[in-house]
Amino acid sequence: MLVSIFIAVTVVSSIGAGLAAMLSISEYFFANYGPCQITINEERKLTVEGGKDLLSMLATEKIFIPSACGGRGTCGLCKLKVLEGAAPLLPTEEPYLDEKEKKSNVRLSCQVKVRNDIKIEIPAELFAIREYTCRCVDITDLTYDIKQFRFELVEPNTMDYIPGQYVQLLTPIYEKSSEEVYRAYSMASDPSDKHRIEAIIRLMPGGICTTYCFEYLKVGDVAKVNGPYGDFRLSDTDSPMVFIAGGSGMAPIKCILHQMKNEGIKRKATYYFGANTVKDMFMVELMRAFEKELYDFRFVPSVARPQENEKWDGEVGLVTEVVQRDLKNAAECEAYLCGSPGMIDAAIKVLTEMGMSQEKIFYDKFG
Amino acid sequence: MNIAPQIWQAFVVCISAVFTQNILLSYFLGLCPFIGVSREIKSAFGLGLAVIFVMTATCMLNWLAYHYVLEPLGLEFFRFILFIIIIAAFVQFVEMVIERYSPALYQRLGVFLPLITVNCAILGASLFMLIRNYSLIVTIGYGLGSGIGWFVAIIAMAGIRQKLANDRIPQGLQGPGITLIIAGLMALAFIGFTGVLQGR
Repeated sequence: MLVSIFIAVTVVSSIGAGLAAMLSISEYFFANYGPCQITINEERKLTVEGGKDLLSMLATEKIFIPSACGGRGTCGLCKLKVLEGAAPLLPTEEPYLDEKEKKSNVRLSCQVKVRNDIKIEIPAELFAIREYTCRCVDITDLTYDIKQFRFELVEPNTMDYIPGQYVQLLTPIYEKSSEEVYRAYSMASDPSDKHRIEAIIRLMPGGICTTYCFEYLKVGDVAKVNGPYGDFRLSDTDSPMVFIAGGSGMAPIKCILHQMKNEGIKRKATYYFGANTVKDMFMVELMRAFEKELYDFRFVPSVARPQENEKWDGEVGLVTEVVQRDLKNAAECEAYLCGSPGMIDAAIKVLTEMGMSQEKIFYDKFG
Repeated sequence: MNIAPQIWQAFVVCISAVFTQNILLSYFLGLCPFIGVSREIKSAFGLGLAVIFVMTATCMLNWLAYHYVLEPLGLEFFRFILFIIIIAAFVQFVEMVIERYSPALYQRLGVFLPLITVNCAILGASLFMLIRNYSLIVTIGYGLGSGIGWFVAIIAMAGIRQKLANDRIPQGLQGPGITLIIAGLMALAFIGFTGVLQGR
């Protein structure tokens, strides 16, 4: 009896073990792709262990490709060109690629498995996206609920960015948040200083990242950002420009103004800046200084609802109302908007009514 | 041993497994993926193909394992465990091979391939071929036929459900409810095939 039980158990276990061994052996032969080389833009070479998808391999090498779905192939953002060495186009990729992209070897990097040496092409801007370790060196109060944070880049210690772009600031786990989150902030700094970046942040009641920045982040603290991202930037035309911003939407416009000063760009520009009350207004002196330094720049601050005890001799009313009153040649201009979604939608409506075409309106909406 | 009559028998068994003895609509095996994956034809097609392949191959492997390992050792009662192990290992193996040599097919089958491991129709087919004392050749025909039968049933169901997607269905019947009713009607239709054969 015992013997037969023993035989039975042994036989079944050994069959199971045999099958498992066979599987391990075949995995060794079938799933082993050895070291593979990824050549990026014909210049940088990475050697990685083959078998995984391109997106995650690039991420481990600190090359960040935008991806919203985390590699499941549902967002279609992680596109890049695979020049050599990719498997044929997969059905999972097809919905996200148009004919032109298919012809020029554009693929979703989360769906391309690295199984041999491959050559890829990443747009220079994406290639420039890195993770930066930086130190907070200065926190300035701009108004009662807006602060300017200046960070010094430590590793790597310089960042090349196009004025108007943004970085994502990592909020670590702290008392009021149990997970790491990223929030996007536009660069407000003078782009000629590649070692430092500035962000202008308004406190959002209950906001995970803004609460962290306002209540926990101290001068000297280490922070992590990645970027730069975004395609909000000056066009290369000569059209006169209209900037419209509200609150912390000041940031990318300020950066662009620095750029215009640094590069001596001679374009006519008008900047409409809206604040709720007088105590929400900031950086007026700096803008007045830009008026003197730039070729043809006019700063038009406006306050929507001046309080009774506040002294204000500028424009009164919503920023869009001021634009309506003040702007004469809307059809010839280009507009650059930055602010809350409500403000941007209202401004687009006003500008198109005044004869500006949609293609000439560029904006950076706060999420 | 004459092979020709066996091949003929395998062919007949195969045809009857597709229609009159359909493993899904006569025995109601493999209902879970049948209801879960029949929402659209494309995925039903992928799963159906995978079932045909795995069912044919595992029926054959299980026949060999049963007749050459379990029977000589008198361990027939272990067939359930052994069959499941063999099916699981085979599916794993197939997954590995397909991923290596046909990434496109691998992507198309997606999660369905590993799901087949726990599809009771696969185990059911292996057990039926034992009960009915099929020879190896007939077993292959039976596995193939059962797979095709399952494939036909799920494709038909997916077609009906795609048509239903735009129709107004009473709230209480939406989803699995109406699917089971349709499955019942389809089963009745397949019983009709038996009548066709008998009236020959």
